[in-house]
Amino acid sequence: MTRLRAWFLLPARLWLVVLFGAPLTVICVYSLLTRGAYGGQSPPWTLENYLRVADPLYGAILLRSLLIAAAATAICLVLAFPLALFIARSGKRRGLYLQLVILPFWTSFLVRTYAWIFLLRDTGLFNTALQALGIIREPLPLLYNDGAVLLGLVYGYLPFMVLPLYATLERLDPALLEAAADLGARPWAAFFRVIVPLAAPGIRAGSILVFIPTIGAYLTPDLLGGGKSVMIGNLVQNQFSTARDWPFGSAVSLALMAFVTLLIVVFLRRGEEAL
Amino acid sequence: MAGPILELRGVSRRYPSHVAVDHLSLAVEPGAFFSLLGPSGCGKTTTLRLIAGFEQATEGDVLLAGRRVNHLRPYERNVTTVFQSYALFPHLTVAGNVVFGLQRRRAPDTEARVREALAMVQLTGKETRLPAQLSGGEKQRVALARALVVKPDVLLLDEPLAALDPKLRRQMRGELKELQRSVGITFLFVTHDQEEALSLSDRIAVMNAGRLEQTGTPQEIYLKPASRFVAGFLGTVNWIGGVGVRPEALRIAADHPGDGANALAARVLGADFLGNCCHVRAQLESGECAVAEVPFAQPGFRPGDSVHLWWHESDEMKLPA
Repeated sequence: MTRLRAWFLLPARLWLVVLFGAPLTVICVYSLLTRGAYGGQSPPWTLENYLRVADPLYGAILLRSLLIAAAATAICLVLAFPLALFIARSGKRRGLYLQLVILPFWTSFLVRTYAWIFLLRDTGLFNTALQALGIIREPLPLLYNDGAVLLGLVYGYLPFMVLPLYATLERLDPALLEAAADLGARPWAAFFRVIVPLAAPGIRAGSILVFIPTIGAYLTPDLLGGGKSVMIGNLVQNQFSTARDWPFGSAVSLALMAFVTLLIVVFLRRGEEAL
Repeated sequence: MAGPILELRGVSRRYPSHVAVDHLSLAVEPGAFFSLLGPSGCGKTTTLRLIAGFEQATEGDVLLAGRRVNHLRPYERNVTTVFQSYALFPHLTVAGNVVFGLQRRRAPDTEARVREALAMVQLTGKETRLPAQLSGGEKQRVALARALVVKPDVLLLDEPLAALDPKLRRQMRGELKELQRSVGITFLFVTHDQEEALSLSDRIAVMNAGRLEQTGTPQEIYLKPASRFVAGFLGTVNWIGGVGVRPEALRIAADHPGDGANALAARVLGADFLGNCCHVRAQLESGECAVAEVPFAQPGFRPGDSVHLWWHESDEMKLPA
């Protein structure tokens, strides 16, 4: 029995070791090495890379990433909550609406992000339409700024908020809302005193699912931020490509990982206390 | 001011597919224990929901304390409900559930009132428990305390005992009556259990297919039912020659009672032992069958025995078919 169990677990173990454990070890080692003159990495061993991460320049990028990810998570939550509530109460149409929520996944994220460029750029759909209607004379700067990055992130990760929220709201007994109204709770009071606390597991899961990928996002800030709105993911990517400083790139990656892990642990622990 | 605390005037609730409540009118006096009795699907729960404000009447008026409340939302009506499933807030403690309505009303002295309400339903000491940590009977009490603590004009109870096991149900029935007497709040109790309705109520309204069949005291509706439906729903009725006689009013003996009484000859079909009494089934010469209740101390009746059946004219129920 135990042997059979071990065999069944083998693929998962291999997966973790080969695709997670090994690369992580490599990065750990790289982060402690020195950058070679023409890229690459070699001894001596040093903590220099980590000290550089603490540089205010990079700290600012980390803070920006944190703020953008937090804002994207918050906006996703605000947008997803009514949507998830609506779907959870749609009876027979639930299946259809859920399909629509995950429909964007049928197309590549890259293609969808490029599509935003076509919509937002100076000669894009929005600006041409607004100009044609005579509302604006000069095109609005819709692309290559923080707003565009935020828009792209919210657009891309909204389903990751909707789905866990839907899962908890769908299980919410409608009689509880009737009980709340019956006891004198106006709709807003019922929402904040009954619906939100009971949706807490979905809020936590959705927030984590949006926050983690957005804080490390690379593609969206690269395409929609156009190098002007740099996030930590772009910094890492830069070190591994243009800058050819793999040790520093590794150190930044690990610092980000440690930081995010810390945030999540605190977040989850506080959530448990609240329950 | 003496007037009904709750009044329904020609209230109907129509759905595209059917009529749930059909021109229902009734008045409930303050402080009464009033039951809505009927089979499932008769519209009694819809009636309750119309009063709570969860449903809107298609026509007619709902009046609370003399005021028309048709347009008021549930949170604007001073009525509270004990739900069949209790609907306790799972994330709130016992005390949190009970204080919920007081907080919504911004009531003063919430702490003292919660303590008082929990003492009333014998839940002192369980304030910090979560609903998941409570037994069925305890959940029931929390639901009662939560609804009563805000002192509603009318407390609506939607088959609150249905989810409990029979023994606990009988016990809670006694406590419910006691509670209603001590708080003096009007109870509107929905049930399909005629025994529950008869034992608890000051007045009963019997409903069938969305319509009111009869309103009266338990004695009135049991002894003087207004229709064959009411007579049959409240207990067994023998229909003999067009009149109804309850089994306990039907006398049975081997010999003719004499005294010129109008006894009918019958033949015993069988006898069912029910613990506290015995039901003897007999067939009359007319072919009609009847059940007579006898104390089981009486000599046994065997199938095929010739017997006589009779009753007092005052026990007859004369109802059109």
